[in-house]
Amino acid sequence: MSVQTPPKRPLVEVRDLKMHFPILGGLLRRQVGAVKAVDGVSFEILPGETLGVVGESGCGKSTVGRAVLRLYEATAGSVIIDGEDIAAMPAEKLRQKRPTMQMVFQDPQASLNPRMTVAGIIGEPLDEHTDWSRARKLERIYELMDAVGLNRDFANRYPHAFSGGQRQRIGIARALALNPKFIVCDEPIAALDVSIQAQVVNLLEQLQDDFGLTYLFISHDLSMVRHIADRVAVMYLGKIVELAPVAELYANPLHPYTEALLSAVPEPDPSIEARKDRIVLKGDVPSPANPPKGCNFCTRCPKVMEICHRIDPETIEAAPGHLVACHLISNKQTAGSTGGPEAERKQTENQQGEVA
Amino acid sequence: MHDGAVPVLDVKNLKTVFSTRMGEVHAVNSVSFDLRPGELLGVVGESGSGKSVTMMSLLGLLPSPPAEIRGGEVLLDGQDLLTLGEDGLRKVRGREVGFVFQDPMTSLNPVFTVGFQLTEPLRTHLGMSKTRARERAVELMELVGIPDARRRLGDYPHQFSGGMRQRVMIAIALACDPKVLIADEPTTALDVTIQAQILELVKELRQKLGMAIIWITHDLGVIAGIADRVMVMYGGQVAEHGPVRELFANPAHPYTRALLQTMPKIHGARDAKLRVIEGQPPVMGRHPESCPFMARCAHAFDRCARENPARRDLGTGHDVACHWDHLTGEPVQTMAEVQS
Repeated sequence: MSVQTPPKRPLVEVRDLKMHFPILGGLLRRQVGAVKAVDGVSFEILPGETLGVVGESGCGKSTVGRAVLRLYEATAGSVIIDGEDIAAMPAEKLRQKRPTMQMVFQDPQASLNPRMTVAGIIGEPLDEHTDWSRARKLERIYELMDAVGLNRDFANRYPHAFSGGQRQRIGIARALALNPKFIVCDEPIAALDVSIQAQVVNLLEQLQDDFGLTYLFISHDLSMVRHIADRVAVMYLGKIVELAPVAELYANPLHPYTEALLSAVPEPDPSIEARKDRIVLKGDVPSPANPPKGCNFCTRCPKVMEICHRIDPETIEAAPGHLVACHLISNKQTAGSTGGPEAERKQTENQQGEVA
Repeated sequence: MHDGAVPVLDVKNLKTVFSTRMGEVHAVNSVSFDLRPGELLGVVGESGSGKSVTMMSLLGLLPSPPAEIRGGEVLLDGQDLLTLGEDGLRKVRGREVGFVFQDPMTSLNPVFTVGFQLTEPLRTHLGMSKTRARERAVELMELVGIPDARRRLGDYPHQFSGGMRQRVMIAIALACDPKVLIADEPTTALDVTIQAQILELVKELRQKLGMAIIWITHDLGVIAGIADRVMVMYGGQVAEHGPVRELFANPAHPYTRALLQTMPKIHGARDAKLRVIEGQPPVMGRHPESCPFMARCAHAFDRCARENPARRDLGTGHDVACHWDHLTGEPVQTMAEVQS
């Protein structure tokens, strides 16, 4: 699980990905602006690793997931999966590449065709990408149903006959059908009840071990991401503001937004809740069509400085593998080599004091 | 049942049944609870646990048929709401009892300004003049922290963000200074940082106004932060109920215990594997004679199928509806067994 093993070649490499949706206006429907849903995002995912992406609605996390699989045509940037840039790939080549990369969607109700049987849904990728005989396909369908914990007897039922958790298992089986290497999970548990969420997350982890899968796990549930991810990227208004190994990020968040986000999560323990000194952010997320000048977070940041309103902070590596885009951190680093670690240690202590 | 003040709201043995093609569904099965002045009661449960239907039954908000309230009492300051009839209830809704719903986009009317929707209850219930109502509306919007209140009265719901819309909903619910505020998943549709804002607002409003609140949610974390007492519902029944600290420290019902264990934590050690509650959520209230959690319960035994457990007092205001004793790990002795 740990990422400290000697550098492996990443399976997924995303460089400066941008996804701008045009805003059309006027009589001639000309482009009058753009929603910068994703605005320069870079990350990589190692084979067998889970990268969590967290953020609030509208931060662009789902758009990243879709652009990475080229369900959207990205505005700029490259997405290299297993050595090939899929952002610039011709359509037929892309189609042949599709089996290696799959997606599990948020809403199992909307992502399953209500007029197809479970066998039809799970078998559709096989119809599309293989020339197997019917018997062989059916065998594979049964195998997949076993793998995700669905009863084989239900293969000819329709999605409406299943509960939310079971439907999500159907969606997962479909994603697994062609033995993918990489799966984008876009809020796979958000629509499920608490008691069912753990079942689905355990299944995803089990499958990862069994088939050596690599996940991009998109979620707004910070506790669940802490559980499942190896590294976590925090997004705000189309950009990654912080990216770090999971333990490091949750114990020692450097970006003020990450801090606020973590402190906003309610904990199921009245004594912790009573003592907690919660950082409550003021205001709302600005529109991605009209992001503020300078740092995107400057309108809500409790530690905002003058420079933040002018200059967009560069992403720097504050500690090994811990990337952050914030002037507080870049200042600290340029100010002197002793200042940084000391201040960081203090922060860790604060964090622990809050929890104990 | 409890010590202390006279409850503002006292619900006794409420039963709501839906008639469907597949037979009767006991959506609310003998639910009893009370709410004392100034108190915040948290109601926790998954979808289909009956938490929303219970609250809607109180105010006659369910369409009948298919819904039918088959028994019980809902005493609001001593007056039984179930005997009031539609006209009587209309005077209670929004006046004595305020309601905040989950999704502020669908519960606000998109074609009227926020100012109109805020002044409507003031004019109908309190008979205020137009100008007086507008003044009060501005006060209310300031109370719930909407900046630039006077100007925003003329705005439509779509011009507000999700968090601000929920503040508007709260302002409307508070308009007539109700005795009881019922909030049904008011922060579920919101992001965590916005949820934190609303939770802070509610804490602040409680101190200022001192009304009694029923807060429905599926998020145990939210409950831990704001509630005085908690009622856990499952399959249309109260599974467990108690003061918040007591219930989180000593959960007695197998469902509550499993629910607390199944949630990953934001701090502390990371579990290798999440604990799971096996099985699927109940198909609601088909078999009112047996325990609704039986099929998923790790401790179920033969009595659970025969007899739906009654609520059993554990002292300190804590009670549980379960045949299994969490302290001994054994079945609770029945009266017959004790006597023999």
